[in-house]
Amino acid sequence: MKRLITILIFALLITPFVKGQDFLSKSQVHGSFELDGMYYQADDALGITDSLINGNVFGFNGFADIIYSLGNFSAGFRYEAYLPPIAGFDRNLEGQGFPYLWATYTTEKFSFTVGNFYEQFGNGLTLRTYQEWSLGYDNSINGARVIYEPTRGLIFKGVYGTQRYFWAPFEKNGRGIVKGFDGEINLNDVFGSMADSKIRLILGGSAVSKYQSDQNPMYKMPQNVASFAGRFNLGIGKFNFTSEYAYKINDPSAVNSYIYKPGDALVFTGSYSTKGLGIFAMFKRIDNMSYKSDEAVLSNALDINFLPPIVEPHTYMLAAMYPYATQPNGEMGFQLQINYKIPKKSKLGGKYGMGISVNYSQINDIAREKANDTAYIGQSGTMGWTSDFFKFGDQIFNRDLTIEIDKKFNRRFKSIFKYIYQDYNIATILGHTGEPNVKANIAIVDMTWKFTSKKSIRWELQGLWTSEDKGDWAAALVEYTISPHWFFTIADQYNYGNKHSYEQLHYYTGSFGYTLKTTRFALTYGRQREGVVCVGGVCRQVPASSGFYVTISSSF
Amino acid sequence: MQLNKKLGCQTVYQIIKRIKMKKVLIFALVILISGYISAQETKQGAKLPSVNVKTLEGQTFNIQNIDNDGKPIIISFWALWCKPCKKELDAYNDNYEDWRDETGVKIIAVSIDDSRSTAKVLPFVNGKDWEFEVLLDPNGDLKRAMSVNMIPHTFILDGEGNIVYQHTSYYEGLEDEIFELVEKVAAGEDISGKK
Repeated sequence: MKRLITILIFALLITPFVKGQDFLSKSQVHGSFELDGMYYQADDALGITDSLINGNVFGFNGFADIIYSLGNFSAGFRYEAYLPPIAGFDRNLEGQGFPYLWATYTTEKFSFTVGNFYEQFGNGLTLRTYQEWSLGYDNSINGARVIYEPTRGLIFKGVYGTQRYFWAPFEKNGRGIVKGFDGEINLNDVFGSMADSKIRLILGGSAVSKYQSDQNPMYKMPQNVASFAGRFNLGIGKFNFTSEYAYKINDPSAVNSYIYKPGDALVFTGSYSTKGLGIFAMFKRIDNMSYKSDEAVLSNALDINFLPPIVEPHTYMLAAMYPYATQPNGEMGFQLQINYKIPKKSKLGGKYGMGISVNYSQINDIAREKANDTAYIGQSGTMGWTSDFFKFGDQIFNRDLTIEIDKKFNRRFKSIFKYIYQDYNIATILGHTGEPNVKANIAIVDMTWKFTSKKSIRWELQGLWTSEDKGDWAAALVEYTISPHWFFTIADQYNYGNKHSYEQLHYYTGSFGYTLKTTRFALTYGRQREGVVCVGGVCRQVPASSGFYVTISSSF
Repeated sequence: MQLNKKLGCQTVYQIIKRIKMKKVLIFALVILISGYISAQETKQGAKLPSVNVKTLEGQTFNIQNIDNDGKPIIISFWALWCKPCKKELDAYNDNYEDWRDETGVKIIAVSIDDSRSTAKVLPFVNGKDWEFEVLLDPNGDLKRAMSVNMIPHTFILDGEGNIVYQHTSYYEGLEDEIFELVEKVAAGEDISGKK
């Protein structure tokens, strides 16, 4: 491995010299890095004592990503270090090294990649590899990829390799080998007669297979698990429809408790939009669709596919208290969203117009019936369950109604008002077994006052009211910014409605930061409440902590 | 601040202690330096990489093919979940007509929303009535190729397609600074800091 890296880098380095000065001037190097450090303090109110910290007062996550390119050739690497990982990141990340090494050669019609790569077929229902630094998530494939575009509007992709599992190298009879193929045709591009048509149609299909040798002592495992998907993207004037359906053969795994049921997933979206108005609807159904390259892995790792969530991602402090995580064993739901801009110079719109957005989403369990009379639903070693495709299960996983109004009053003053109702199945999503669904009302006011061309102050006032879980919360934030360099923020989240008076805590933070072009430094001191950080329906739990948090990032 | 200093020392110490692949790091360093040298030696800055993105209609499109007839281009990375990004683009949109009249600048907003929300981008953009072009980068291919680490991340390209400026984060009023730079670029001034 070490030798490989050395050779690779050496090769990169000498090419420009060997081929002459001209190449030197054409070669480019750019990249980015980030260092996140945490210093933990004991905080008795949060239950963090010196003995709990036990000398582990530091957390450190860092990476550097470098890309070198020369004409059609490019290559790069990412160095990562978790020494040890910051609280809330998977402990398996502890270590350092080069988990991402790649080289790509691109011609007009072909692109060849060896090493690690990220790829997505369609919506990702059969295959998606990606990296998300804030989650500590990376499921890149290490192998080879070919992309072929024989003509405009036609793309074929083939991938082959094994996936990253923290720092563990691939071993024989270890995790599975992933193969995949994807094709997509844009009919308007390929057929000249359709070039000016009002109907735009793109069709695509993919097939993915994993091979993992059967090492399971309990069950006879299928060694090759295939999945297939078909999709379309249809535009008719101001309407747009997309859909993808995926099917996977039986794939017993730790995630689905070793049932032999095939899985499937459907995503359908429709939208209508015109100037100032956008309407969006989405339907989704997932039935036993976890697809990992190791049947035994339960954690957020080695996913071959991606199951997109349909809940509005919230970023305000209290609105992000109860984030949804996709349930790969079964969920079905829908989402409706309307964005409307009340025109400028109308009575309500005023001089600048006013934006209104309403979003509703609901996700239920799928309806499950016994697969046969002798086995209970989901019993290991059986077909698991049968399910009516169009029937919603009784159990609500998540409901979310969000209404947002944004209004600019004058050149200096603008505001966002937000109301959210959430119904959250804390038992299923966070594993708080036996607890009732959390039903919360959340209100947010966000105001910005720009008092000079470069200086502004922003306030947030937030309230969350619920009789479940930790009860009521209030939060406030004040942020002062001086463009383009400085920000100063103080914030507090106060759990005033907690039924235990000793848990009626303030979670205060103070931070400041400095940005110079693409280099950013920020330091935060304070308390972080226990919570969940989610990106794309993948979540990690963050324990409560107290102390200093520093982040430095740059790209060049 | 004491604590913070300690943190710095400790982490650096830890890294050095644990690194066994010194050679690799040295090579990496050399690459970096050679990169800087090559960047210094050339008059032009970096160009856009050859990466496919998608239009809002789903059409595949190589980002290298964007063109603005020798006028500057602003490329800004954003996502539906990123509040400051949307503020930045709103601010651009408010000024876009004036900016275009004065400099001919073209704005391209690249959404890095993943498949959970790519289909939402089109109705959102229309609902917002944004007048500039929006492209989709659903699996972050362009984001990675351009070393975009956090968003918002905004690039300014000169008339020949060289990246002459980039900036991350958005604070109220940044749009004025960006436009000043665009005016300089449109007037043929070199703002890249490279001679």
